[in-house]
Amino acid sequence: MLQSDQVAWRGQFTGAVVAETPEAARYAAGLVRFRYEQRPPDVALREDRDDLYKPLDAAQFGQGGGELQDGSPADSVLGDAGPALAAAHTVLDATYTTPMYHNNPMEPHTAVVTWTDGELLVYCSTQGATMSRDLIAATLGLPPGRVRVVSPHVGGGFGSKVYPHAYAVLAAMASRTVRRPVKFTLTRQQMFALVGFRPASIQRIRLGADAEGRLTAVTHDVVEQTARAKGYADQTAVCTRLMYAAPHRRTTHRLAPLDIPVPTIMRAPGEAQGMFALESAMDEMAIACGMDPVEFRIRNEPDVHPESGLPFSSRHLVACLREGARRAGWERRDPTPRARRMGRWLIGTGVAASTYPSPRLPGNAATVRVAPDGHCTVLIAAADLGTGTWTALTQIAADALGVPVERVELRIGDTTLPNASPAGFSSGINSWGSSIAEAARQLRTLLETEHGDVVPPDGLEVTADMPANTDAERYAMHSFGAQFAEVRVDADTGEIRVPRLLGMFDVGRVINPRTARSQLLGGMTQGMSMALYEHSVLDQRFGHVVNQDFAQYHIAANADVHAVEAHWLDETDPHTNVMGAKGLGEVCIVGTAAAIANAVHHATGVRVRDLPVTLDKLLSEP
Amino acid sequence: MDVEITLRVDGTDHRLTVDTRTTLLDALRERLGNTSPKKGCDHGQCGACTILLDDRRALGCLALAVAHQGADIVTAAGLVNGGGGEGDGLHPLQRSFIAHDAFQCGYCTPGQICSAVGMLREAAAGWPSAVAKDPNAADVVLDDEEIAERMSGNLCRCAAYANIVPAIADVAHRDEVAAHRDEGARR
Repeated sequence: MLQSDQVAWRGQFTGAVVAETPEAARYAAGLVRFRYEQRPPDVALREDRDDLYKPLDAAQFGQGGGELQDGSPADSVLGDAGPALAAAHTVLDATYTTPMYHNNPMEPHTAVVTWTDGELLVYCSTQGATMSRDLIAATLGLPPGRVRVVSPHVGGGFGSKVYPHAYAVLAAMASRTVRRPVKFTLTRQQMFALVGFRPASIQRIRLGADAEGRLTAVTHDVVEQTARAKGYADQTAVCTRLMYAAPHRRTTHRLAPLDIPVPTIMRAPGEAQGMFALESAMDEMAIACGMDPVEFRIRNEPDVHPESGLPFSSRHLVACLREGARRAGWERRDPTPRARRMGRWLIGTGVAASTYPSPRLPGNAATVRVAPDGHCTVLIAAADLGTGTWTALTQIAADALGVPVERVELRIGDTTLPNASPAGFSSGINSWGSSIAEAARQLRTLLETEHGDVVPPDGLEVTADMPANTDAERYAMHSFGAQFAEVRVDADTGEIRVPRLLGMFDVGRVINPRTARSQLLGGMTQGMSMALYEHSVLDQRFGHVVNQDFAQYHIAANADVHAVEAHWLDETDPHTNVMGAKGLGEVCIVGTAAAIANAVHHATGVRVRDLPVTLDKLLSEP
Repeated sequence: MDVEITLRVDGTDHRLTVDTRTTLLDALRERLGNTSPKKGCDHGQCGACTILLDDRRALGCLALAVAHQGADIVTAAGLVNGGGGEGDGLHPLQRSFIAHDAFQCGYCTPGQICSAVGMLREAAAGWPSAVAKDPNAADVVLDDEEIAERMSGNLCRCAAYANIVPAIADVAHRDEVAAHRDEGARR
């Protein structure tokens, strides 16, 4: 940062003004004038660009192996989809597009930094204190031990606070220059240029089925935005590798390098936009095959992972579809579009499936301490961004130690604590929880074998690394769900309302029903927001987001939300971890947009393949 | 230019010097160290900085501190032990938000709660909303639709709306029951 005389995108940091008050700093920044040679920016995402490239080493921005952000290969091929499509009884070939979306947590990204004797203390809002420490230290050329990151509470992140981004480093550079503590908070407008976004995508899906509605071929080809300054590749078509059985299959990802800000993780990065395409296509194909969309999905349910051949650690998608359909009153549905009308309102219902992986991330350890008075302390540099980490990890520790929760004191969000992986990939409970459970198990063993179950006067402490899960290589681990949407569309104006959303989820054992339910409701509501309201508009002349505030970038407000219900199956996964839990923070935003778009089609007969589903798209077609 | 003003914040008088460009929100957070109101957008678009300004809900980011000399301000922190709280000192709305898990990250919550306090007063005073069936009705019935409409100036990105509405409804309906009881007693 500040190491080049080139400006890579509009809104990139080109300098900083430090002042005693925010008013003075902002005024002074307004006085700074830049002169530079201008070159026309190139920001148009098109599938026919001649510079599309296959992602390479995009995992964790090049930190890890693998071509896509999640470490998956960019392409997959099984069988020969071309001839299978040509020979299919029913064929669908459709292209779906999703716009640029911005995470927009309510709390802007903020850093307060101080240097003391060459050591850097950073208070910042981050989903991963350990990773932030390591990356900030590496950027500044410091050993990680000389940087401390503190972040016990986080005002939302949704992926945009996984990586530390430039703002924290800029604050550290400013502080080192002025030899004073520096506080830096991004404005809402800056958050549209500096902390990432969900890249826009163009997705072509082709499905072939036999006369019985069994898929014979599935292809999913993705072209998505990335920044010329730094490669990033969402795993948009990876969901298609595991959802439905078909002998002939292909998925590809290609990137369009543009003069735009650098994309990042946004809640269900890839799956959210990929499942909009796949689950819309499944709805279209069900109709083309003359089948009910729930039954069509069930008919194509695979026995094992369709590409790797691994068994699933648990997969209850069919149960989610059946039980969700029962609760949603699906059996009363007349599949004919435009069949239900109440006054001005056209009523429709739609369904879509949800999925998200349930991984365990490396780089975790936990310390568990017990004092002679029975007080237990649990230490891990985990993060709580509203996800319920404080509560759920305390419960896991209490359960593993066999003590009431009142006796457990948890400390998280500080790099003086044992390392933790970031809150991402819906991996928190699996990674942090497994580490805590392991440390607690070792502590109990030690107490029993060496101390006769009596805590010594100085207390007892164990630090354990996250245990390896040998089942991870033998099973495919994913959460699933089925979402049902009811919409009403004004027959004259095209206004769309969502009177009911119902989600039925397969997320393994739920640690805390209260915080779990809140997360599921929140994810589904964000999915509705993605379906109907959100859309970052790029200025094609300059490459910045035009609607860079909450007045113009619309997120769901209270009055947009009506009945939202989240339910889950009472299941325990036998392979993911000792808790039997799977991830649930992201699966809930996956599929919602397709369920709503499918319901809009059912209500109006208009198929919208381009998110967001806005009223103009309903009026411009018959 | 710097100007000296006085503000009463959560029951305590403060004399402070502010730049004339300083918003009420920045005066509270940066000068008085009251971080209860949050800055989500600084443009009056998200509601995170909602405070009670002379008993009415207001956006601290859209008010210049210098224009509010002598104002009486209550933040969400000031509702504790000041709003009819029992036992734990929490305001009934604060307790209801906890009971309904009406937040996730909590960043918008102080604004939501101040906004709800102001909204209940507006409804009690008979102010109609955009969804009022009869804008001239003397009594406002706070059903879920009314609450959602009146709370739509407070964005929640975690999207706890499905819990925020019942959290407020619980308190609103308790107040209605109490009002009816008082009315009965007077008769």
